Amino acid sequence: MAEAHPVGFQWVMEAKRRGATVIHVDPRFTRTSALADQHVPIRAGTDIAFLGGLINYVLENEKDFREYVVAYTNAPAILREDFEDTEDLDGLFSGFDPQRRAYDTSTWQYAGAEPAAASGERDTESDTSSADENRDKESGRGDRMGAAGAVSARPELDETLQHPRCVYQVLKRHFSRYTPELVQQVCGIAPEQFHFVAEEITRNSGRERTTAFVYSVGWTHHTVGVQYIRTAAILQALLGNMGRPGGGILALRGHASIQGSTDIPTLFNLLPGYIPMPHAHAEQTLDTFVGSDAGTTGYWGNMRSYVVSLLKAWWGDAATADNDFCFDCLPRLTGNHATYQTVMDQIDGKVLGYFLPGENPAVGTANARLQRAGLANLEWLVVRDLALIESATFWKDGPEVETGEMEPADIGTEVFFLPAAAHTEKDGTFTNTQRLLQWHHQAVEPRGDCRSDLWFYFHLGRIIRTKLADSTDDRDRPLLDLTWDYPTEGAYDEPSAEAVLREINGWGPDGRALSSFTELAADGSTRCGCWIYCGCYADEVNQPARRKPGSEQSWVAPEWGWAWPANRRILYNRASADPAGRPWSERKAYVSWDDDSGRWTGPDVPDFEADKRPDYTPPDGARAEHAIGGAEPFIMQSDGRAWLYVPTGLRDGPLPVHYEPQESPVANPLYSQQQNPARETYVHPLNRYNPSAAEQGSQVYPYVFTTYRLTEHHTAGGMSRGLPYLAELQPEFFVEVSPQLAVERELEHLGWATLVTARSAIEARVLVTARMRPLRLDGRVVHQIGIPWHWGPNGLSTGDAANELVSAALDPNVHIMETKAATCDIRPGRRPRGPALLELVEEYRRRAGVTERTGTEGVST
Amino acid sequence: MSPSRNALSGPLPDVAADAGYAAPPERVGFFTDTSVCIGCKACEVACKEWNLVPEDGLQLTGMSYDNSVALGADTWRHVAFIEQSSPVDGDLRWLMSSDVCKHCTHAACLDVCPTGSLIRTEFGTVVVQEDICNGCGYCVPACPYGVIDQRPGDGRVFKCTLCYDRLGAGMEPACAKACPTESIQFGPLEELRERAAERVQVLHEGGVEQARLYGHDPDDGVGGDGAFFLLLDEPEVYGLPPDPVVTTRDLPDMWRRAAGAALALALGATVSFLGRRP
Repeated sequence: MAEAHPVGFQWVMEAKRRGATVIHVDPRFTRTSALADQHVPIRAGTDIAFLGGLINYVLENEKDFREYVVAYTNAPAILREDFEDTEDLDGLFSGFDPQRRAYDTSTWQYAGAEPAAASGERDTESDTSSADENRDKESGRGDRMGAAGAVSARPELDETLQHPRCVYQVLKRHFSRYTPELVQQVCGIAPEQFHFVAEEITRNSGRERTTAFVYSVGWTHHTVGVQYIRTAAILQALLGNMGRPGGGILALRGHASIQGSTDIPTLFNLLPGYIPMPHAHAEQTLDTFVGSDAGTTGYWGNMRSYVVSLLKAWWGDAATADNDFCFDCLPRLTGNHATYQTVMDQIDGKVLGYFLPGENPAVGTANARLQRAGLANLEWLVVRDLALIESATFWKDGPEVETGEMEPADIGTEVFFLPAAAHTEKDGTFTNTQRLLQWHHQAVEPRGDCRSDLWFYFHLGRIIRTKLADSTDDRDRPLLDLTWDYPTEGAYDEPSAEAVLREINGWGPDGRALSSFTELAADGSTRCGCWIYCGCYADEVNQPARRKPGSEQSWVAPEWGWAWPANRRILYNRASADPAGRPWSERKAYVSWDDDSGRWTGPDVPDFEADKRPDYTPPDGARAEHAIGGAEPFIMQSDGRAWLYVPTGLRDGPLPVHYEPQESPVANPLYSQQQNPARETYVHPLNRYNPSAAEQGSQVYPYVFTTYRLTEHHTAGGMSRGLPYLAELQPEFFVEVSPQLAVERELEHLGWATLVTARSAIEARVLVTARMRPLRLDGRVVHQIGIPWHWGPNGLSTGDAANELVSAALDPNVHIMETKAATCDIRPGRRPRGPALLELVEEYRRRAGVTERTGTEGVST
Repeated sequence: MSPSRNALSGPLPDVAADAGYAAPPERVGFFTDTSVCIGCKACEVACKEWNLVPEDGLQLTGMSYDNSVALGADTWRHVAFIEQSSPVDGDLRWLMSSDVCKHCTHAACLDVCPTGSLIRTEFGTVVVQEDICNGCGYCVPACPYGVIDQRPGDGRVFKCTLCYDRLGAGMEPACAKACPTESIQFGPLEELRERAAERVQVLHEGGVEQARLYGHDPDDGVGGDGAFFLLLDEPEVYGLPPDPVVTTRDLPDMWRRAAGAALALALGATVSFLGRRP
């Protein structure tokens, strides 16, 4: 965190000053480790085993916060008889279809629950359906928050937690083999250190104390990334740390405001506020689209209001009850349009054009060669950035030009580079990962032709609409009927960002800014660009622009910026009080029930209906928020509970399992199933995989590597390597190796090394440091190589890109690539140039026996 | 014993008054608490941005994460990284420290400057007036810390100004403002010294026995630094001199000895000539 979020890390230092214990778990000893009380070195890709070990410790020693677990989690819920765990099926759950590499999740459900309504109604005849869409149908739309879509019944409970099929017992059995010895065998963590961590976190959890977890991309960039987070969520729910001050799991993300770019999404499968995108061959009407949610509990039950209000924001007066509020105007998914699938489609010639605003896949995205192959096969490419990044110049000086694989004259892609304004040159918001919106003010005018993204898209749309103004083609109506009327100001006709913010907030029938998403209506009388942001412009005030100093308000500081939803700072804070509404302790009091006023009170906005009594029991047939009881804090879940076990919504299991990464020198000690059986792999000559431990040839790529960041640079370096003051701080691409690995591979400190995978080979300077430590797993030594991924050929500080080594192998739930754990070889000396580079890579593949099938099996044989 | 005017060594409670200011403000300086430094180098960048200091080297040094190497004409804040590992139990420690010009109470650079370019400001800081500096370079070997240096291609010397221009506007120096963990603290020197003493005590009570202050003592060889530090190991580990002395401290003594030697020489010559045979 100190490396990637140095400013945010000041709060960790503040906590430390006040006596907090800081434990840093990471394959490398970084600047965070230097300030932590304890660094726990871990084999990259094994955190589920480590967290699973902690869960097992908590369960075996009964150190869970029992009252919290029984009341607020689904620990007492009883599962179907035909559910089979990985312990029964050697690494698989019941319902896996090896042909489709996907699970039928019906056996995962609670006993007595209705099967997923969504899958019953889906149109199975679709000529454009991909494996992914099939999975979508089966898994109940996991992209929906809380996955409330497919569970409509309340589970049967055993509050004694003794029933053999209750979640608590299933959890115990599932994690029973994650002993400290197994943790050492898998992760390389010594039992003494494991016990230190286990004792610290359990000692520091419960009524009087809470423990927080903070993670970032080191947990998400894995083929089991979502399950990593799930494991932490299970642990924190067992310890009673969710929804409580000083507890929780804080996700740090990889870019400034990337939280905002999923809230108001740039993701293919989401609409603003995490409403899913409709599919072309399902959900033909607004009714069928919201239908599966109409009967659900929790705030998703109001989905129709959110969707209609969004449609009214976008199509304004053209959206009426008669035309389903222009629901038909929304684009539709025809399959998997995630970034890697799109790249494959580019290579197949199916993609005509591509916009890259502030994105640099030529060096910044996994499997850089694959990315550039896609970029070279378009009709047109628009790159908007602060400088000429590699994605704009690959066609003339990219690595494939050097090797001779590409000839600039033969690349058909027409590249447009449009310079972008920086954040200091425009108004707008940043949304941090604690859901905090902070407005930023333009400080200077952009120079020359630089323009903001808002300016670009607004005027692009304006010009296209002008050209189509006389069209009578129905196909153009969605574009022409859009509201596109932001006021513009200044010499460049810059659209008002504040007007956009206000539209996102929404307004009511009287035209006044709304204050809360509870005001949204399904009859077309309200407009709202993003329901979770509703309230950010309440009272016609730019709430994110508020800057009241912390010293002038409560410690929660609600008047600094604005957090979604409803300026609530800790989600699920009902859980900070017991079922009767009393704080678990004075020390950890946060939100509690005040009987005199008949309301929930506290320094934060209660994440609960303000006047819902703790003893409220929903009547039969209650809907939406009325179906949530007074002691059910997890209001976005259909059963109001934190899910230790996930009956629906995930593609690779209701419980986390330790699987090895896509590429690993270690055979999974737990099961025959080596990797995540549901992971997404791509078969393509540019995306060959290294053989894993179980396969022949894995010793050709024997070392684990992990990619990461340095404080001095930002992502692929487009914003930092061209700046002298940053370039000089870390001027050259280097890799970090242990002294032992240096001896083993004859590497010299400050010398050159070449690293090779089945994708490509790169060169880097070598830093030999004791901060990289070999790990001892069950008698063998595993070496790890640290690779900062900031470099590329453009800029002041140049070097090879780490992403040349990385493959495209994805988590099946969110299509995120595995960059944090893979294998490679390392050898001294610089890499070959020209065609000789390809020969080197090919020679390695031959020796390792790499074929198009290597590493692509779903079920391990 | 109150210091004599223009003393070259010894404690000097009011540097600005000694330099001739009639009613100077409180002396200000830096307390750099390296125990909370996260090595982010925001201080290096903020300093260069504010003062338009040129980039000075795009070469990987291999000195851990330190590619700035040392203070000089073009590096006025330098973050040092020291990796330590115990051969016995493999325990790792990574020390990080942002070094800066010490703005000494007795500043040798100031004392030897022949042009009067180097001055003591009303804030008690030491600043080079770039329009007067003639590039003679006398100050360079004079500094006991090796801070001040000549800019290649320019010839004049440059160093930290403690953001003299920001102080005049009531703002704190750029590095202090940028530091996210308050490792770099700016304020009245007296207050900083008290805070530092408390911080050392807290660390000692917490078991961090190696914590100590460096440059805080008015009785040391430079009369105490305007920018002092909390270190977690010996100064040499950080590349700092353990016992810095203002190089002009021994000047009176040197002149006395020189005078004595001259006298002895004169005496010897006289004696040898007097005893000469006609």
